[in-house]
Amino acid sequence: MRPLTEDETKLVFEKLTKYIGDNVRQLLQRSDGNYCFRMQKDRVYYCSLRLMRLACNLSRKEIISLGTCFGKFTHSKKFVLHVTALDFLAPYAKYKIWLKPSAEQQFLYGNHVLKSGLGRISENTPRHYGVVVYSMADLPLGFGVAAKSATDCRHADPMSIVCYHQADIGMYLREEDTLI
Amino acid sequence: MSSNVSDLLQDIEEKEANAYKEVEVHKDIELNYDLGHLLASDTNPLNLKELRSNTNSFLQKLTRDNCQLVVNKLYALQSKVIDGFQVAQLPAPITLLPRSKPVPKPKPPTKWELFAKEKGIQKKKKEKLVWDDVAKEWKPRYGFKRINSERDDWLIEVPDNNTDPNVDLFAKKVEEKKERIAKNELQRLRNIARAQKLKIPGTGGVLPKLSDTKEELAKVVSLAKSSTASLGKFEETMKDEKPVKRTKKRKYGDNFGDVKAETEKSLEILDHIQNKNPKIDIDKAVNSLISTEEKE
Repeated sequence: MRPLTEDETKLVFEKLTKYIGDNVRQLLQRSDGNYCFRMQKDRVYYCSLRLMRLACNLSRKEIISLGTCFGKFTHSKKFVLHVTALDFLAPYAKYKIWLKPSAEQQFLYGNHVLKSGLGRISENTPRHYGVVVYSMADLPLGFGVAAKSATDCRHADPMSIVCYHQADIGMYLREEDTLI
Repeated sequence: MSSNVSDLLQDIEEKEANAYKEVEVHKDIELNYDLGHLLASDTNPLNLKELRSNTNSFLQKLTRDNCQLVVNKLYALQSKVIDGFQVAQLPAPITLLPRSKPVPKPKPPTKWELFAKEKGIQKKKKEKLVWDDVAKEWKPRYGFKRINSERDDWLIEVPDNNTDPNVDLFAKKVEEKKERIAKNELQRLRNIARAQKLKIPGTGGVLPKLSDTKEELAKVVSLAKSSTASLGKFEETMKDEKPVKRTKKRKYGDNFGDVKAETEKSLEILDHIQNKNPKIDIDKAVNSLISTEEKE
């Protein structure tokens, strides 16, 4: 376990700002205590300082997980967000998408969101920005990347993709063994 | 009855003539034979008319005739009887066939071969057997029962008074041989590594070459300098000598370091990222323009 290097921090924050914008600041400066990002076996964890200190008593080999796993660095050193980060992305999300009940299952099985399944979309969503996907009952289902800006969505063909799938809560079942 | 006999005789004659006809084939130009490969090439022009009209039968006949000619030639060759079968003795083949595999590449030379070539040392043929003056017989130069074998030594003199008499000289000899074998193995591996241009351990990747670049020489100098007992601490630097650049060792921050400083640094990085983004949100501007146009 170790703190992130400058380059790694940059990559992580760049990815996070796509979803929650300036709210990354809220993750770093919390009123309820000190929290930090730590790297363990290529995975980035977000945890309280107290928990991190406790975990330091264990050797690197023995730590499986601590706090919340935000994502991991791939072999080519790119940062990928995991579903586990959803708990922190959902409350701060800048851009949101609401799914019709008929499209929920499709998304939860790992498919992209089509225009036909789109219930609502927050205004001014730019293209290629991170969006958090909600059900109509405001339950966060996952997140993705907007394939079209909000205005383009209005004119889009019903079968065209509106949001590229990144992660969904169905992954807790589908990728149970690789997800930490 | 007599007519019957004459008929029969004529029939037999005809059959014999037919059989002979099948064996004898006439060609305007004689074929080129290469009996070593059981090959014959026919240079006679083809009868195009017949070839086009009934291709199959014409080709079949032509092939049969040519095969017959080859077989005739085979029967003309000298033959032997082996295991009750008559076997023709084929002459050496004439036609040169291309090889199926590419010519093997020459083996990369070993270090010794390079040295020998440079010095003009040539291999001398040595006899396999050597005269042993003690045993009064010829012995192989190497291998089983060779001359000067350790097996013949039932006694070894202690070299002089200075050596320790308690040292087992037999064991020492065995040890020395083992070391020679190990050295040879190491050199063999180094030869392989040199041929494949791998880095050779223990040399730091610097071996003398014919053409050393400036950087390579600098590397060698720095390596030589730091190869003292004090890791080059007391080595004198020459005038205008530049210190060698070393790559920084990767260092990570402390887990229990200053929390405030860590957070501040993260915030600084975050600021930097956000400053990179354009101040004017082009997408937003375009979108608002579109929406206003739509309302109109």
